[in-house]
Amino acid sequence: MIAIYKRELNSYFNSMVGYVFIAIIVAFVGFFFFVYNLIGGYPKFAYMLQNCLYIFLVAVPILTMKSMSEDRKNKSDQLLLTAPVSMTGVVMGKYLAMLTVWLIPTILFCFCPLIIAANGTAYLMVDYSTILALFLMVGAQIAVGLFVSALTESQVIAAVGTFAILMVLLLWDSLVGYLPSWLSNVLGLFSFTTAFYNFAYYNLFDIGGLILYLSVAFIFIFATIQTLQKRRWS
Amino acid sequence: MIEVRDLVKRYGNHTAVNQLSFSVEKGQVYGFLGPNGAGKSTTMNIMTGYIGPTAGEVFIDGVSVVAEPEKAKAKIGYLPEQPPLYDEMTALEYLQFVAGLKKIPGGERRGQIEKVMDMTKITHVQNRLIRNLSKGFRQRVGLAQAILGFPEVIILDEPTVGLDPKQIIEIRSLIRGLREKHTVILSSHILTEVQEICDRILIIHQGIMVAAGTQEELESRYKGSEDLHVTVKGSLNAARKALAQVAGERALVVPPASQKGEASLIIQNKKDADLRERTFQCCVDAGLPILELRLNRLTLEDIFLKLTMEDAALPVETKNENAEPENAEPVDTKQADAPSPETEKSEEEEQNQ
Repeated sequence: MIAIYKRELNSYFNSMVGYVFIAIIVAFVGFFFFVYNLIGGYPKFAYMLQNCLYIFLVAVPILTMKSMSEDRKNKSDQLLLTAPVSMTGVVMGKYLAMLTVWLIPTILFCFCPLIIAANGTAYLMVDYSTILALFLMVGAQIAVGLFVSALTESQVIAAVGTFAILMVLLLWDSLVGYLPSWLSNVLGLFSFTTAFYNFAYYNLFDIGGLILYLSVAFIFIFATIQTLQKRRWS
Repeated sequence: MIEVRDLVKRYGNHTAVNQLSFSVEKGQVYGFLGPNGAGKSTTMNIMTGYIGPTAGEVFIDGVSVVAEPEKAKAKIGYLPEQPPLYDEMTALEYLQFVAGLKKIPGGERRGQIEKVMDMTKITHVQNRLIRNLSKGFRQRVGLAQAILGFPEVIILDEPTVGLDPKQIIEIRSLIRGLREKHTVILSSHILTEVQEICDRILIIHQGIMVAAGTQEELESRYKGSEDLHVTVKGSLNAARKALAQVAGERALVVPPASQKGEASLIIQNKKDADLRERTFQCCVDAGLPILELRLNRLTLEDIFLKLTMEDAALPVETKNENAEPENAEPVDTKQADAPSPETEKSEEEEQNQ
């Protein structure tokens, strides 16, 4: 697993993908940080982050699209699956590598509340717990992308498919609102963004929400492993 | 060393591998021979744990690939049909990655990588991106990857495809050299290659093992017919008359073309008797000078063709390695074009004109 993790991480920085992913996120969040917090003088970094969720619709597919599909296309999956490594090891190695790439902009975000604090009042607890929630939420989105990438040989289809699913997840609350109330009440419970808004908007430390994100990540990683297993046996 | 039992792999309605069983002994080079689509790659993919069998089992050194994949895979080095390379890495980086995958202890990695690079002669391209390597070098990097860690079993799927003749010779001698410490299984549809490298040959056709053994064993087992080709100076009728005494009940066949003033005949002989002397005597008695007298033994190629020709294949029940050669239908592809005795008459008239 460690070998796969290292190779994947290197490959993100030997190709453009890792840099593009980080650059898009940092540029986008940096711009909003500048406008809201630095120019606008708004003291909460967390509140500003709510406006940035859409960038992950674009950024996450860029990161995840090649994770599984490229191996299948190049047949390098034959190397990984015939090596003395478990399927879980292969998938986790890849997932953790992507999570590590995502950790880099997250760490950069952590400086922003300090910049605010240096110039006035900052709400560090809210900001940092929101950054944690964002990290886990995007971590779950990466797991979705990993899963979609395992379904196809084509990076383009993987990217578009991931974009579509993430779009639905992000718009879940509004989409569910159009359904009959009994149905929307049930489906509303599965809202993907509610937990994040609890952190960012209502200043709540929503442990249930964090568990939701971890569960989504776990389910999609598990589904990825099962997809690969099933392909071996079909 | 390797035990394959009743292996079956179905893709929907298509059966790629059907009830394949064989065992492989230590320290030998085994060759999988078969036409394209015979199930060679599928079998190898199952043996290495890349895909799972529909039914049946594979044991590597007593460890089941299905039940304990990680343990079994640690004993195997595999070069698939298309070398599983990462274009954006250099050859050295790639081998370092593979060394990590194979869990080679840190201290030994450097030495082992250098050794396999030396064996496959890729030391001088180690710092080039795999993307920029030629097909031959990519194949060698793939081979280096399979050898790395020096596993007990090395499985190579068509290892010499895409190489130039000099490289092929190098790779073949490398594979022969591996025999001392490893068990090697390779697949090929090139006969000479298998003949040259392998100690034992397994012929697979339509997912079924049709024959197994050393080259000599196969030749003697399928030497069902040992045809005698005779060319004499004179008319066909005279030749036929003379040779009829030799042939007795055996079939006399006229090959498609013979030169003017010469008559060629084939006596279809079982391997029971050597007819050459009698043929000579009869021709002398008949006053026919012998221009050519040739015993046509089945070569490995004939056996291969015979076993893998769609229509000429053995009946299903005899399609196993215990098949009695006598049960085999005496279909010799060499004579597929030759006229049957019934059609000889017209043939003969044509020739006499």
